[in-house]
Amino acid sequence: MIDIALPIAAGCIALALILNGWRLLRGPGLGDRIVALDTMVINAIALIVLIGMIGGNATYFEAALLLAMVGFVSTIAYCKFVLRGDIVE
Amino acid sequence: MKTLAEIVVAVLSLLGAGFALIGSWGLVRLPATMERLHGPTKATTLGLGALLLASVVYFRTQLGVWTAHELLISLFLFLTAPISANMIAKVHLHRLRSGAANEPPGIAGPPPRPGEEGDWATFEAPARDTPASTANS
Repeated sequence: MIDIALPIAAGCIALALILNGWRLLRGPGLGDRIVALDTMVINAIALIVLIGMIGGNATYFEAALLLAMVGFVSTIAYCKFVLRGDIVE
Repeated sequence: MKTLAEIVVAVLSLLGAGFALIGSWGLVRLPATMERLHGPTKATTLGLGALLLASVVYFRTQLGVWTAHELLISLFLFLTAPISANMIAKVHLHRLRSGAANEPPGIAGPPPRPGEEGDWATFEAPARDTPASTANS
């Protein structure tokens, strides 16, 4: 059952990444592009966790944790740059 | 017991992936930026939480090891998702106000005013004793 469910879940996440990429390229406003990038990071974390489950390897979670932190910081830095024209004032 | 755990893992992972897909579909489908913010920040975060729970159960029952990293990731994500959503909403409000962005009317209409008098707090000038920078203080 897990052998069927995990690839389906990975396919759903991949489709979600494609949808985010469409919004990233299309997105009329800058806000849309930041949201799309943030969502892409979250979906990439989900994909890494799924790959770790499929491969039975717990080492992938370090990568997922790092990506969660870097994604959050980069989103905040991007917003800060748009708002203030500077990141570290 | 093994079958029950398999069912739990399968349901949780499918649920998580489905929620992530719904969030991204909302990002594509909704008309206004403020509404597009809802899909990723709520549905996708919940989906990732379910997926990480599935991962905890999977590693415990299939491989027999306890992993707590997933809980750490979901705690971190649940803490940071509202903050980044708030920052993105601020960016959008400022760009709307400065005329750098214009958006079509959303399904829910324009956001309600924050009060009778005054405006959004992000537009206000800093109070008298607020330092402009903490670099040299």
